[in-house]
Amino acid sequence: MSDERFEPKIIAFLCNWCSYRAADLAGTARMKYQPNIRTIRVMCSGRVDPSFVLKAFSLGADGVMIAGCHPGECHYLEQNYKAMRRYEMLRHTLLAMGMEDHRLRLQWASAAEGNVLSAAINEMIEQVRALGPLNWPGLWSENGGHQAAIERLPHEHAEALEVSA
Amino acid sequence: MSEKVGVYICHCGSNIAGTVDVVELAKFAGELPGVTVSREYKFMCSSLGQELVAEDIQKQGLTRVVVGACSPHLHEKTFRRACAMAGLNPYLMQMVSLREQVSWVTEDKALALDKAKAMISGGVRRVQLQEELEPTPVPVNPNTLVVGGGVAGIQAALELADAGYPVFMVEREPSIGGHMAQFDKTFPTLDCSACILTPKMSDVGTHDKITLLSYAEVEEVTGFVGNFHVRIRKRARGVDEKDCTGCGICIEKCPRKVVDEVFEAGMGYRKAIYRPFPQAVPKFPVIDRANCTFYERGTCKACEKFCPTNAIRFDQEDSFLDLDIGNIILATGWDLFDARRLSQFGYGRLANVFTNLEFERLCNAAGPTDGKIVLRDGVTEPKSIALVHCVGSRDKTTNPQCSAVCCMAALKFGHLVMEKTQAEVTSFYIDIRAPHKNYEEFYDRLQDEGMHFVRGRVAEVTDAARRPEEEGKLIVQVEDTLVGKQRRLPFDMVVLMSGLQPRADAREVGLRFGISCSMDGWFTERHPKLDPVATMTDGIFIAGVCQGPKDIPDSVAQGAAAASRIQGMIARGTVMIEPVVATIHEENCSGCRICNNLCPFNAIEFLAEKSVSYINAALCKGCGTCVAACPAQAISGAHFNNQQINAEIEGLLYDAVRGNGGAPKPVAVPA
Repeated sequence: MSDERFEPKIIAFLCNWCSYRAADLAGTARMKYQPNIRTIRVMCSGRVDPSFVLKAFSLGADGVMIAGCHPGECHYLEQNYKAMRRYEMLRHTLLAMGMEDHRLRLQWASAAEGNVLSAAINEMIEQVRALGPLNWPGLWSENGGHQAAIERLPHEHAEALEVSA
Repeated sequence: MSEKVGVYICHCGSNIAGTVDVVELAKFAGELPGVTVSREYKFMCSSLGQELVAEDIQKQGLTRVVVGACSPHLHEKTFRRACAMAGLNPYLMQMVSLREQVSWVTEDKALALDKAKAMISGGVRRVQLQEELEPTPVPVNPNTLVVGGGVAGIQAALELADAGYPVFMVEREPSIGGHMAQFDKTFPTLDCSACILTPKMSDVGTHDKITLLSYAEVEEVTGFVGNFHVRIRKRARGVDEKDCTGCGICIEKCPRKVVDEVFEAGMGYRKAIYRPFPQAVPKFPVIDRANCTFYERGTCKACEKFCPTNAIRFDQEDSFLDLDIGNIILATGWDLFDARRLSQFGYGRLANVFTNLEFERLCNAAGPTDGKIVLRDGVTEPKSIALVHCVGSRDKTTNPQCSAVCCMAALKFGHLVMEKTQAEVTSFYIDIRAPHKNYEEFYDRLQDEGMHFVRGRVAEVTDAARRPEEEGKLIVQVEDTLVGKQRRLPFDMVVLMSGLQPRADAREVGLRFGISCSMDGWFTERHPKLDPVATMTDGIFIAGVCQGPKDIPDSVAQGAAAASRIQGMIARGTVMIEPVVATIHEENCSGCRICNNLCPFNAIEFLAEKSVSYINAALCKGCGTCVAACPAQAISGAHFNNQQINAEIEGLLYDAVRGNGGAPKPVAVPA
């Protein structure tokens, strides 16, 4: 292994009204944070489909942050509660799959909380750095047998259907 | 690749170029699949920078544009316009925030470049899947609803009505006027509050363009900007407004006296049939059914007996009014902080501890004591008065905010006390906040007039005397932070400068109108600096203290500002609705109805005959929660659809190691 410090790649979904503005504010106030975060603007944290998170992990992200308005302050009244529900379910599922806790984070940050957001980003980057690479895509291709089994699945279904038909 | 993407990297002077190697970044972008032009330029937002984009669109036939510059919240409109001028649909442009999210927040230049590359790659990938969108024009109804008849609402209503547009004003209390009508004088000019407010009130009452609905509340709001439908409950007055002349004989004859908790702040009485104050607008009285003898015992009817025009209607019921409204102004005002919550100040327990609102009524010539400043016994004139600042303001245990008006109100009280009595006045303050025109001068004036100032937060107000001179007095315990000593000072009267709080039902009201509150309960404006009267919901504006503590001039300014915003919309006649909305593809919808309950704006209907859900685009605000929830992926969110977001994720992770440490596997290229 090299001595190079591991630089994690973290995808962050920022809601347009609070957390994206918090990121704007962090910038305007020149609050420095580590550059390992790459952001996507969505209108609301409620827009974050759990499949986006899985997609990010499967493409090599080491962590995913979902950031939204504080509960009760959602621009869309209550949609961040829906984000919260989905986060809990997704977190539960990922934990059950054996993923470490800190790789997925839900963060509330109002438009005035650039400091909160940048502190959360730094904290998460450090946590994920400590955990090391996730390497989901790598792990999948290592386990060739498992992958082949997955690819066979739809054909098994087809055979089953043929029999019953 | 069918799309021709142009990438433009802004230096923003040295704001971006000082940290990110823009030349290298532009070179990187030029090699991304689909990119035909990649340039960097000193200031993209300048007219020359915009022309650069326009020229490439026209000469090189660009079909997509990515601008790597500042936050889209700053210049998205600028570049959308530049694209539109050159004939490209503005929604085919994507901004990447290189300044706020890369150069300004990153120290290491090499890592900043890496991050910028990833962000640009995400933008390039995403933009190729973006679709042409068109905003929809909808007509704007010229009627405006003003909720709340305080000074902010009054100003807004008059501005609109004077411009010739119809206004409906809804007020919860029997009369308009709000808190300003309760005050005696206004700082720093010492104008008589009623003298400057009542002419405006009567203008509202008599204006041919204003329909005044007092003793009424908004029950329900549906629709969207320009086209709201509002249902108003007019509570039963017990008096027919058509027959009543406002002569007041009924009030005179009513035998039942009740403590007036609202207008007189519990300091005086009113009758069971009453007008809050003599100059009330409208002039019609209201029967307080909870305290009327007739409703209690079925007899009395004194008011009915003496009414010269037979206007009393004991059997009147609440009525409903349905209105079509184009825009709404919320000017719902504030509640006074309940000083009982801070028991150390003794309010409610020690008789001669007053709140500021009670003291306003004491000073007011039309108040319960005819303007005489006296103790709770109603006769004794106090010889010393303490004014305790920041009660329920600047206090982390209650409200952290500064209530903005109490310092100046305390100075005003100091002046009134010295004008009307021989008493010594002492103010206990943390800081004196006097930031507006002539405020600091007023503070200077009060220092010259002999008001005393002790800097320190009061710890306790007590009647437990320790020394003979404290007997029978209220003792204020305070740390004088200028001297650095604890002090106990005896007073005859203590006035607590209670802070302003959001209305107790602000959240409920916000929900009814579809706007949000901050954590502490003030309505949230669209932008705290640049758009203080609009809200995130188009067509709903806020004015006055409901947005945050402020004084009368600021409330008036906001009322006028909200009115002028609405005048602009009415004058234009149509409003463009953002096309960022969700749509359901019927053929994919299974009719499971999972999305139906997710929408707080009731934009999703279920069409029973087709067994599919349907989204009313005019009501949809574009949050995308239903899009994420649909198990059949039958809902697509314009400008933020699954393909676009997935492409952005792919782009952002262009350099992530895929496979077993091998070379990055090519990601499926979007069709």
